[in-house]
Amino acid sequence: MAQIGSFALLLALALSIYSFAAGLFALASPGPGSERVGETARRAGVAVFGAVVLAAIALVVSAFRDDFSIAYIFHHSNRDLPGPYKFATLWSGQEGSILFWALLLSGYGFILRLRYKTDPRLFAYASVVLAGVQIFFLALVNFAANPFGLLEGPLRADGSGLNPLLQYPEMVIHPPMLYLGYVGTTVPFAFALGALIMKYPGDKWIHITRRWTMVTWGLLTCGIFLGAHWAYSVLGWGGYWGWDPVENASLMPWLFGTAFLHSVMMQEKRGMLKVWNMWLVFGSFWLAIWGTFLTRSGIIASVHAFAQSSIGTWFAYFLAIIFAVFIFFYIKNHEHLRSEHKLESLISRESSFLFNNLLFVLLCFTVAWGTWFPKISELVQGNKVTVGAPFYNRVAIPVALLLLILTAVGPLLAWRKTSLESLKRNFMWPTVGAVVVAIILMLTPPSWGGPFGLRPWTDISYFYSLMALSLAALVTLTIASEFYRGGKVISGHTGQGMFASMVQLTHRNTRRYGGYIVHFGAVVAIVGFAGSAFNQDKEASNGLAYGDKMTIGNYELVCRSYTQDDAPNVASEWAIMDIYQNGRKVDTLTPQRLFYKASQQASTKPSIRSNFQEDLYLVYEGQNEKGQPIIKAHLNPLVIWIWIGVWIILVGTGLALVPNAPAPVRVTSARLVEHAVPAVTGD
Amino acid sequence: MTRPKPILHRALRCALIGVAVFALAGAGDPATRFNELGHQLMCICGCNQILLECNHVGCPDSDGMRNELMTAVSRGDSDSLVSQAFVQKYGPTVLAAPTGTGFDRTAWIMPFVALILGFGLVIFVVRAWKNRPAPAIADGLRPIRGAELEQFRDQAGKETDL
Repeated sequence: MAQIGSFALLLALALSIYSFAAGLFALASPGPGSERVGETARRAGVAVFGAVVLAAIALVVSAFRDDFSIAYIFHHSNRDLPGPYKFATLWSGQEGSILFWALLLSGYGFILRLRYKTDPRLFAYASVVLAGVQIFFLALVNFAANPFGLLEGPLRADGSGLNPLLQYPEMVIHPPMLYLGYVGTTVPFAFALGALIMKYPGDKWIHITRRWTMVTWGLLTCGIFLGAHWAYSVLGWGGYWGWDPVENASLMPWLFGTAFLHSVMMQEKRGMLKVWNMWLVFGSFWLAIWGTFLTRSGIIASVHAFAQSSIGTWFAYFLAIIFAVFIFFYIKNHEHLRSEHKLESLISRESSFLFNNLLFVLLCFTVAWGTWFPKISELVQGNKVTVGAPFYNRVAIPVALLLLILTAVGPLLAWRKTSLESLKRNFMWPTVGAVVVAIILMLTPPSWGGPFGLRPWTDISYFYSLMALSLAALVTLTIASEFYRGGKVISGHTGQGMFASMVQLTHRNTRRYGGYIVHFGAVVAIVGFAGSAFNQDKEASNGLAYGDKMTIGNYELVCRSYTQDDAPNVASEWAIMDIYQNGRKVDTLTPQRLFYKASQQASTKPSIRSNFQEDLYLVYEGQNEKGQPIIKAHLNPLVIWIWIGVWIILVGTGLALVPNAPAPVRVTSARLVEHAVPAVTGD
Repeated sequence: MTRPKPILHRALRCALIGVAVFALAGAGDPATRFNELGHQLMCICGCNQILLECNHVGCPDSDGMRNELMTAVSRGDSDSLVSQAFVQKYGPTVLAAPTGTGFDRTAWIMPFVALILGFGLVIFVVRAWKNRPAPAIADGLRPIRGAELEQFRDQAGKETDL
């Protein structure tokens, strides 16, 4: 298997080099002969996918066969590892994850090259750019991070096993989603660079690029939130985002991609921001590679990072090369990216997109600055500092709140110019609604729990929560008013009910109304984030004997029992906790502590009771000297809304990709009279 | 004879006192201080988590650090004294965020500098675009402006709005 895999990777590299060189030749010297060469380049690019799939299959089969002669399999698998995690061995280590990246890249290339008839010349340029990126990753996996390297020394009976923190169902889905998002940024970049090089006439390339970006953005969103959910469900600290450098590395291309999905509308509708969009697409791709560099180089310490290796240097050179190539063609050809229109008013949708983009880019800068500051501090003053949650919360949250305001205001501004009268008409009732929500939150009794009984003057986090929840109400009401107004117009014309009219409205402009649903999903997730200001926790540090109780919020937790278990792969200790609320038993939770035998590592498995109001989150932290469990309880309000919000975002994204319904045919009254048939005919 | 103070001034003073009471309530409470300070410190075991959020499964350090923090808070040490003691013992990376002194100050300033510069740039771009000459129009056509344009806007608004 190792030989098959290694051969397949070499073959893939050779095909990529041919695809790049032949494609470049065909584009540089047009003619019938070069067209044939170009077609062979395209087919070679398609064949790369087959070769990389073969290599991936070889690695996965090796894992299932427990082939510990391969060093990668020895270090990341063991005999008793469950099947799904053996499959996930493909991306659980440095070398395998590079192979996985190459696999997904070749898969995207496969689809792109099959769809070349959409615009043969543009797709040919994009294919060459993609082949260039493929060469890098295939060279990396062949010469610097080969997953088929053999283990030195005698053959071992069993492997080291997978890191216990990775032995969780989301290990099977989170990395693939994340990588699909990261790798997917290559495709819009390939189209953008291709359009720049060929001075593409017209805007078809931006429509193609936007659709690809929406897909990869949706996948990256899914990947990021799966990671957050995993952290929440596994790590046992009760949180879902730690501002770890690797987490930040996923956020940065996401922020640029989000900015692009907004500003692209200005290019499509008004022929403006062409230069800016070109840089945003490049930036999304460059930041995805830069994030990978951070993860793998060891230059920034992170609990997520792969082991430090020399491939960081490879990535540094690659980043420099793609930047140099892009800058070269930008300087050479940027003249054809002139805007076609001028801005007519500061109170317009164009302006709101400009400020929206400013805030997204600023957030990205803040995250990048915080991620790199420990290294900068070490270089300047000789000692590292930590830049953790207190920094990001203080700096990023105000910017996020400004974005929330724009989310409410922007969609209701007209293109070119909006009158103050229109502003007042559109925003009056949503603003009243937002103020009412704020007042309710402040006037209700704190005993209701969560954000009720808010006292924003007592803590800055409470103030931020109040702002976030009020602005969430503002955005929701403006979105609802958009659906209501449009639905009412259609209902008036067609006689349909409101719901059917809103469905028809959405189908007529899926991008716009799908976008509104995405905004609503984001707002719902923000409501979930706002609940973190009201988190509580309590620890029974002396241990709980049978029948012992602890209270948190409205809950009483009773230790019914505690025990131990022993399986081939893992040993566990766990407590059985009965949960009471207002004297009535509502649930039983079983927080566990696990010990993975192969890797000799311990981890926790929190037990969570989740409802729309709050999560009760129990962690088994250890045992006292009598063997009694030490339990820590967290009460986390509104967390479930984060996951619900993400689902809504994904539904909205999918909806926005659906083609619009054809416009209804209008029959004028004059044509009706012309074709009228007499109701009665005489004898 | 002095004029009686207006009711409004009296109400305002009561409100200010009330706000102060709410704002300062709990500020000196040891449990609250322990919680606040504990969220400004990092666990040094390498888990990269806030001290009070480290779930210390197999962690050799967080229990000891939490006990030290509780001792310092119970002793009545000020926030800055507690932070300094931890920095002296564990190094500057024990603080969860850069301080506001020296070079560390740039960590806090730069995002706001970027925000101000960014806003300035956007205003500049908006003004430049507004002053840009209108694009050329084909012969025989004339751009619709002013009152005529407003008429069409109203018509479009009526046809698509409530």
